[in-house]
Parts: sequence; C-alpha cells; structure tokens
Amino acid sequence: MHAETGFRESAAQALGDPQIRANFRRAMDGLMAKRAAQFPDPADLQALRSLGTAIRARSLLKLPELLEQLEASCLRNGIQVHWARTCEEGNELILGLLRARGATRLVKGKSMVSEEMGLNHFLEEHGVEALESDLGEYIIQLDQETPSHIIMPAIHKNKTQIARQFSQKIKDAKYTEDVDELTALARKVLRRKFLEADAGLSGVNFAVADTGTLCLVENEGNGRMSTHVPALHIAVMGLEKVVETLEDVAPLYALLTRSATGQAVSTYLNLVRGPRGPGELDGPREVHLVILDNGRSRIYADPQLRATLRCIRCGACMNHCPVYTRVGGHAYQAVYPGPIGKILTPQMEGVGVRHELLHGSSLCGACSEVCPVEIPIPEIIVRLRREATHRDPGSSVEGRGTGRTATEDLAWRVWAAVLSRPGAYRFAAWCATRFRNLIPGGLPLLKAWTLARGKPVPARRSLQERVREEGIPHG
Amino acid sequence: MHPERVYFYGTCLVDLFYPEAGMAGIRLLRRAGVEVLFPDGQTCCGQPAFNCGYWEEARGVARSQVALFPLDIPVVLPSGSCAGMMRNHYPELFHGEPDEARVRAFSGRVFELTQFLVDVLEVKLEDLGEPVKVTWHSSCHALRDLGLAGQPQALLGQLANVEVAPLARERECCGFGGTFSVRHPEISGAMACDKAADAVATGASRVLSTDGGCLLNVQGALEAKGAALRAQHIAEFLWERTHAR
Ligand code: SF4
Repeated sequence: MHAETGFRESAAQALGDPQIRANFRRAMDGLMAKRAAQFPDPADLQALRSLGTAIRARSLLKLPELLEQLEASCLRNGIQVHWARTCEEGNELILGLLRARGATRLVKGKSMVSEEMGLNHFLEEHGVEALESDLGEYIIQLDQETPSHIIMPAIHKNKTQIARQFSQKIKDAKYTEDVDELTALARKVLRRKFLEADAGLSGVNFAVADTGTLCLVENEGNGRMSTHVPALHIAVMGLEKVVETLEDVAPLYALLTRSATGQAVSTYLNLVRGPRGPGELDGPREVHLVILDNGRSRIYADPQLRATLRCIRCGACMNHCPVYTRVGGHAYQAVYPGPIGKILTPQMEGVGVRHELLHGSSLCGACSEVCPVEIPIPEIIVRLRREATHRDPGSSVEGRGTGRTATEDLAWRVWAAVLSRPGAYRFAAWCATRFRNLIPGGLPLLKAWTLARGKPVPARRSLQERVREEGIPHG
Repeated sequence: MHPERVYFYGTCLVDLFYPEAGMAGIRLLRRAGVEVLFPDGQTCCGQPAFNCGYWEEARGVARSQVALFPLDIPVVLPSGSCAGMMRNHYPELFHGEPDEARVRAFSGRVFELTQFLVDVLEVKLEDLGEPVKVTWHSSCHALRDLGLAGQPQALLGQLANVEVAPLARERECCGFGGTFSVRHPEISGAMACDKAADAVATGASRVLSTDGGCLLNVQGALEAKGAALRAQHIAEFLWERTHAR
C-alpha cells in the first residue's frame, strides 16, 4: 500500500487522463447535488450536525470506558471480542480464527478497516480465498485494484470499462453495457459464493456499548448475506467506532446516508446482536468482533487531533473536495483518500513520509463545511504541517520533525527576515515593480506557476508608493 | 456606530499587483466619511508561513505588523484571506506568548473591506456606469475562514446597471491556496483552468472577487486561455462604477 511514487507524480498522471477526470467530475457533481437535496433547510442541517458532533465527541471522551462496556455487552450476547494493536496482529488473529475452523472460503462485506489491514492479500498468501461481495469492491477486486473512494470503491470506472472487464474476467459472460444485466451477472456469481462460504466478514458502522449491537449500513443486501449466511461471522472495526446507546445511532445514521450518497435511509441497516439463538432458523453460529487500534490510541491522546476520530466515514469530504475531484482517489496512494485521508494517513504512517500529501490542499475548507461531524480538517492539516517540520517535545505525532529540509528552512527564514523589516520589503517591492517585465519566467516557483497560467506581472507602482503620492496620512 | 477614523492595511498582493484596488478601497472609505490612515512599514500578514507550519517565522512578521496599528480604531483590509488570518488565526498564533492580549485586541479590530462597508458603514451606492454583466467568485478563505456572508453581493446588488451572472460551482476553490499553487502546480492549474472556463461560460465581461490571490490565479488562467474576460477586485469595480468622472 505504500507510495512508490509521490502524491505529486501520481496526481499529475491522473490529471493527464481525461477519462478519469470526466468520471470523477460527473460522479462528484452528482453526489454534491444529491446531498444538497437532502438538506434543504440550513438550520435543520446545522441542528443535526451539532447533535452528531456532540454524540461523537461524547463517545470519544468516554472512549476507554465505552470500549470496556462494549466488550462486556458483546460477551453477554455471545459475541467474542478480540483486540489488535497493529494490522499484523489483526491479520494473524483473523487467520487464526479461520484456520481453527478449517475455513478456506471467506465472503466479505465492505470494510475499510480490512483494507487498512491489507487483509485480502494476507489471507490469500495463506491459502484463504477472500471474496469481496459489495459490487464496487467486487469490481475492483477483479482488476486487483484498491478502492478509490471509501463509499464507492469503483467510482473511477464508468459503465463501458466495467462491461469490458466483466466480459473478460467472469466465466461465460456476454458483453453487455446494460447496468441491470451487469448487476445481475455479478449477483449470480456472488450468490453461489455466499452459499459456499465458510465464513463471512464485515465492517461495523457503529458499535453500541450499552447493548453490544453492531450496526452495519449498506444498500445491496450483501452485508446481510455475509453476516448471516455463513456459520462464522467476523466483524472488524477501528476502536473509535463505539457509541454509547442505541439512541445515538439514529442521528448518526441520518447524517451518514444523507452525507454519503444523498439517501434519506439506506436499503439495509443490519443490527447484529450475536449468534443464532436456540430455536432460531438463521444467523451465524459464531460471531467475533476484532477491534483494531493501528495508531488510533495515539491520535486519541492528543486533544486537538482527537477530532479526527469523530469521522463516520461518509465520504462527503472527498465528494466536495476540489483536489479529490481532479485527481481521484488512487493518486493519494492511501487507504483513505481525500481530505480525511490527508489527516488520517500522516497520523498513522508518519507526518514526514506523508509531507507531500499534507501540502496537497488549498485549505479551501469545503471538507469541513460539509463534514457531518464538523471535523476541522484544514486546521488539523496546518497542525500536522507544523508537526512535520518541528519536534515539539509535548507532541506524540508519528514522525514529527522528519519532514524538515534545509532549503525550505532557509527559504522561510529569508522570507521572515525580509517581511519583518519594512526597509527590506520596500526595497524588494521597488525591485519587483521596476523590473516587473524582467523577472525571468524560469525562476523555480514561477515556472511551476506558469505551467497553466500567464506570468503574473507586478504593477508599475506599488500601493505604498501611490499612497505616499496621494498624501494619505500615515497615522 | 460610524467610526471617524480607520486604518487601512494594503496586504502584499494588493501592494504589488493590485494597487488600484487598494486606492479604490481607500476612496470608498473616505467617501463614506471616514478618515483613512495608512501606516508606513506594511509588509504581509504572515499567512504563508503560518499555513506551512512555520509559526516562529509567521509570528515575527505578524508582530512587526501589529505594532503599526497602535490606536484603538478599526483596521480594514481589501482581502478576506488576510483579514481571516489577522482576525481568527493571530490569537492562535500568539497563544501563550507574552503579547497575546495585545494581539487579541488588535484582531478584534480587523475587518474585510466589503464587510466594513456593509455592516459598519451601511454605505448606499449609486451606479453611474453603463449596463454591464459581471460574475462573482467567492474566495474560500473569505467565505469559510473569515465567514463573509453575502456582503460583496449586497454591494453589487445596489448597482442598478450591473447584472451578476451566476457562476457555476461558485463556491469551489480556484486553486490558489497560497503555497499550494507552487507546490502542486498541476492540480492548482487544473482548478484554475476549470474556474476560468466556468467564468467564460457566464458570458460576463468581468469576474470579481475580494481577494488578490484568486484574482492573480484566475487572471493567469484566463490569459492562458486567451479569454477576453478579465478578473478584477471588487473595490476597484465599485469605485469605477460609482464615482463621477
Ligand atoms: S471527515 Fe467528515 S466528511 Fe469526511 S468521511 Fe469523515 S465524517 Fe465524512
């Protein structure tokens, strides 16, 4: 999953692909319109957001306590709970569960945490077939790709691309561009897999501490199939997903579906309360919950960065991000792309290695404007940029101080020296205005700027000169 | 409360690239009956370094600027981005510093120009120009950081002969973002080109904004396209329309 080329190169590559750009622009324009239609009244929206933010903030405030409560409630319901500190631990744990039961065929509902763990790849290396059953995930799995969006993994592909792919990769498939036929085709393959599977794996949208209920939001019914058909069900979640009571779920659910796909409700909302009870005719025989840390407790420990963990993974920030819209999800080379990925990835992998990602934002604030739980993404980006170049003693950010370069350091020092000395600034301004046409377009920064734009030419005389001529009092 | 005197802060981009906009801002204020002081020694609000995480450097520059405005009178800026920096981020930048209280008091006096004209001075404009069609682009920082809420549009709305054509994706960032435009020139350039194309599609003869950064960026993209449409600061436009020649 790690970047071989930087964000900048892969973004440039995506920008050069008109198909990708058109696919994303169309999809994101549609999603933005759908969300807007779900929130016609700004006051209602703000009331619901405030409620959602408060619920998530309260859950995080009590996080250690709620996690303990969740474990106890789950055990009471017959759900076995496992803790994984790292992705490797999580993978081993799941493999262990499968092996102990001789399971070799796993069907998966959509789970970003399992993407984070690189679970499919790991399982396949150890002889377990892991089949994605969410249509979007299935499409990208056929092509051995990673998701380019957290809600719509195959959003970067259009109908024709999928039609071509299905006809080549699915046995006995005829070429068709009819969406219903394509869906039916995938469904036929997947239905058989559900019946044959030894185990099912799903994500968790909200885990209720009070009742030990695992909530799963989905539209295709594949989540229900993977959590109910196979005898063994394994749920995986990040440790921040816990909420206090069932009442907390309703407003978060309302925010999630509207922000994500512009739906008032999703087609399915699964509430898993444990394995099949005596006399019940369906449901798994065993249910396990794997709770993953992978850096989350470190994020949790910092009062400002903790807001990152409020995220309910709705994807609205990416849908509204002008950068994401231009380059698509793969350019980020991270499990979580877009604005949330920009703050989550560096915190998980280190601010130094993800320096470039942190700077791939114009700080326009569209993300925090739509975020249903009001995560101040631009503020956190600025905080992390600072962490990347400074080694604050009080901070526990991974890789802090490692993004510092001598050139950049020097540049900012010179910048500050000129701008905190009016005389130096006046001289620089004088030069810029007098030699306005002589400034070479080949200067490093100017050259980058002029790739797509005309060269900016300073005015003939600065405002300060004009003001002096007009005799505006200095004070 | 109609203040008698205000300070004007020119900002570096207006100083070097849009001095006409600065002069127009000063004239609009004077015409509204306010005396304008323009302290010597203005450079930059420090935002670029602040946004890049170089807070010590940003503080040094900010400190030198705050010192230029000792009187307890409003400080008016023809830039939403710099106003947002001075108003909302200075307190954060100086948190725990010995001069925090002084900086906070300064921040509380900062206004963006259109905000000041509408909310404080309640100016009434009379349009003296020929019919013209313009379009409006919001600066992200003015909109979301400073929280500008329709003041520029309210001013344009007072001009009888000015039609404001709606810009598609008006609230989408133009791609400037300070250092973003040089660190990620490809993405930034793509955003600027799309913004320019949307502006051209309105059929307007000018695209107006409150911020020098957006103007520089969009104008650059318009030039690269060879478009006849021109980007202009709202202050310059307002002055142009409302003063007798
Ligand atoms: S950061 Fe906010 S908008 Fe983005 S995915 Fe998370 S909850 Fe949704």
